[in-house]
Amino acid sequence: MKQFATLFARIDETTKTRVKVDALASYLSAAPPEDRVWMIALFTGRRPKRAVTATRLREWAAEVAGLPDWLFEESYHVVGDLAETISLVLPDPTHEVDHSLTHWITTIKALAGVEENQRKAAVIAAWDSLVPDQRFLFNKLLTGGFRMGVSAKLMTRALAISTGQDEATLTHKLMGSWSPETTTWEHLIETEDPTADLSRPYPFYLAHPVDVPDDLGAPSDWHAERKWDGIRGQFIHRGGAHYIWSRGEEVMTDRFPELAQLADFLPDGTVIDGELLAFADEAPLGFNALQKRIGLKKVPAKALRDSPVIFMAYDLLEHAGADIRQTAFAERRALLIDMLRDVPAQIPIRLSQEVAFKTWDDLAKVRSLSRDHNVEGLMIKRKDSPYLAGRKRGDWWKWKVDPLTIDAVMIYAQSGHGRRANLFTDYTFAVWNGEELTPFTKAYSGLTDAEFREVTAWVRKNTLQKFGPVRQVKPHHVFEIAFEGIQPSSRHKSGVALRFPRMLRWRKDKPVDEANTLDDLNEMLKLYG
Amino acid sequence: MADVLTFTDSGIYCPAGDFFIDPWRPVPKALITHGHSDHARPDMGRYLATEGTAPVMQYRLGPEARIDTVRYGEARRIGDAKVSFHPAGHVPGSAQIRVEVKGEVWVASGDYKTVDDGLSEAFDAVPCHAFITESTFGLPIFKWTPQEVLAQQLNDWWQANAAAGRASIVGAYALGKAQRLMRAVDAGIGPMLTVTAVENTNEVLRAQGVNLPETSRITEDVSAKSHPGALIIATPGSTTHNWVRRFPGAATAFASGWMSMRGVRRRRGTDRGFVVSDHADWDGLNAAIKATGAEKIFVTHGYTGTFQRYLAEQGYDAHVVSTEYTGDDAEDAA
Ligand SMILES: [Zn+2]
Ligand SMILES: [Zn+2]
Repeated sequence: MKQFATLFARIDETTKTRVKVDALASYLSAAPPEDRVWMIALFTGRRPKRAVTATRLREWAAEVAGLPDWLFEESYHVVGDLAETISLVLPDPTHEVDHSLTHWITTIKALAGVEENQRKAAVIAAWDSLVPDQRFLFNKLLTGGFRMGVSAKLMTRALAISTGQDEATLTHKLMGSWSPETTTWEHLIETEDPTADLSRPYPFYLAHPVDVPDDLGAPSDWHAERKWDGIRGQFIHRGGAHYIWSRGEEVMTDRFPELAQLADFLPDGTVIDGELLAFADEAPLGFNALQKRIGLKKVPAKALRDSPVIFMAYDLLEHAGADIRQTAFAERRALLIDMLRDVPAQIPIRLSQEVAFKTWDDLAKVRSLSRDHNVEGLMIKRKDSPYLAGRKRGDWWKWKVDPLTIDAVMIYAQSGHGRRANLFTDYTFAVWNGEELTPFTKAYSGLTDAEFREVTAWVRKNTLQKFGPVRQVKPHHVFEIAFEGIQPSSRHKSGVALRFPRMLRWRKDKPVDEANTLDDLNEMLKLYG
Repeated sequence: MADVLTFTDSGIYCPAGDFFIDPWRPVPKALITHGHSDHARPDMGRYLATEGTAPVMQYRLGPEARIDTVRYGEARRIGDAKVSFHPAGHVPGSAQIRVEVKGEVWVASGDYKTVDDGLSEAFDAVPCHAFITESTFGLPIFKWTPQEVLAQQLNDWWQANAAAGRASIVGAYALGKAQRLMRAVDAGIGPMLTVTAVENTNEVLRAQGVNLPETSRITEDVSAKSHPGALIIATPGSTTHNWVRRFPGAATAFASGWMSMRGVRRRRGTDRGFVVSDHADWDGLNAAIKATGAEKIFVTHGYTGTFQRYLAEQGYDAHVVSTEYTGDDAEDAA
């Protein structure tokens, strides 16, 4: 675990890509093979499941550290991370041991099958043998929340350096549904057999945002279609079975049982890139409807009826068992159109229709109507482009619709975490409802550090009441809040919930009585909800 | 019985002696615990500080400041109060100020730490009835790395960078932390360089007899070429200045108590964070308070509300006092 903690610290504390890749490559050369596989698994989102609830861990840690619960909670608020808070408040270990990463993960997995008092004893014994930085990682693994500031891409680059294999080959090897318990370093990395895993998707090609497409050149070189607001995915039909992968490299096959019938109409040896959408009467139901399905592993009949899902096809990556990603987009699309031509309408797959345009101005007009169609904007793809891996500039662009905005009044402020514990960074916003202010959202990003400091100084002088860490402030400042979507919500007093709210700008020019009203919000809900 | 010390808009006040301790507004008579800018402010009529603190104050406040000095432990009578200064272990010369009026003893501790940093006079617990404490790091998440482990970490880091042909830049507060790091590292690893604010403070401290290793000021002609593998002690604000460009590829680190929090380390954007502070950690605060035997505790700056509540639960008569002390490390973290 010491080696792994060193790796984590080196990666965690630097912003330099070179340093991160060096650290990963040296770990991949020095660590025991089974630890290497676990490291790759952790970096590609194959984390062990949560073994102990956060509530229990808090209790046990406060007990071992001899702290009252409220003090543990306040510490947690300042640190902002449970695993870290626990690692910091516990007393020093009485007997340090250096077990492997695999040892600790195995220990954690074994916790699932034992009684709670045994579980507690095992966790406390582990804490007592690990120094704080290792304890932190142990806690992260324990709570299923292990994440590191390294993309799969960077990890693959390090793997390429340490093994001498090329990045594209490795990327492909790491996809698919393997786990460290079902494979070995030898099998996963050293073996030359890219077809070993039939479920393996291709790395997704991701678009870059564009503000004004005019610079892209002649419109005739480009193909446009709508940017659907669902989950990007690949539909794979190989060896008589089908698989659905999300862009997050998660297998979602069982979550969308209605898509199983696609395999009856699409030939074996097919991989299609597209979007999972909740869809009815030939129109998307919006992301909210899809969201209801994402969390469901077992899908009840009612969910299938209320939020039916289709696969909106964008692109063909594998045709008749051959990888055709190097073929031009226009050709791949022609093959896709052919393939879908005779699929009956009751089968839940659709071709993402082309948006025809002659000039960029034409396209701008279509884009401005995006919200009416429940889409996020437009995708612009170069007709002769290959299907690349990852976020590569130049051939694929996303031209998103502008966010929705509303002017709101700050009414509560709360301090942030960590360094920001001394600043008020989390605000609650309200809109006018007659003479009253009705809170409708919180936001905590979008201002500069200087602005946060300025607001903080103001909050200190204009606090009306304190409720624990929350301060009610004089309604005075107006902020423009941007958000991506709005939906009805019975849990909020305002009756609405926003998607991705953030502060767009501080409207110092705007007097408080000119902020928007609840009626304005309801109007937006009617239009875009 | 009347309070020995009271808390006013200008600072901590002693009615019996008609003087202030670490005031933040101009007053005729100011007793100063130590030279940090949130405790030793300009424009006081007269100052009284320890012999170890006076030179740095004079340098920072200018030649017009009228500073009288006192030795540790030396009793002075001011009006009806008996006053003495005792080591606080915070920075060289730093003091807790003991004030006795009619047998009642109060101690204003300024900033303090209980561990030996190899530089400052060691903290001395002063028995008292009421103790005024800081709580910059008054949460149980703060526990400092022992000095010898810290020294080892610094040496390993510097050595590895020097071996890779890189300079090592470490950000630290100019008075106290900077000198503490200089004394902790192995000067045999390579040359040690300093930015102006640090070197000026070094000069003042050397002149009063503090033993520091040899350092060179970073001037126009000092670069990675002239001083290969150097350790550079810089103030937190100076690491964005032009001189940094003369040390391309340098490894950067920051030394502060806040470095024990991962989020802070990450936002700093340095390659390394060393957990080191001149303030007491959680155990240090609690041990110091216990050692004074005081029943009444006033918490001045830091996590005041939380620490007060904890002390109250431990049976102390604990109060929060609002002051304008910021805590030097709090500034570092901004
Ligand atoms: Zn200080
Ligand atoms: Zn202070």
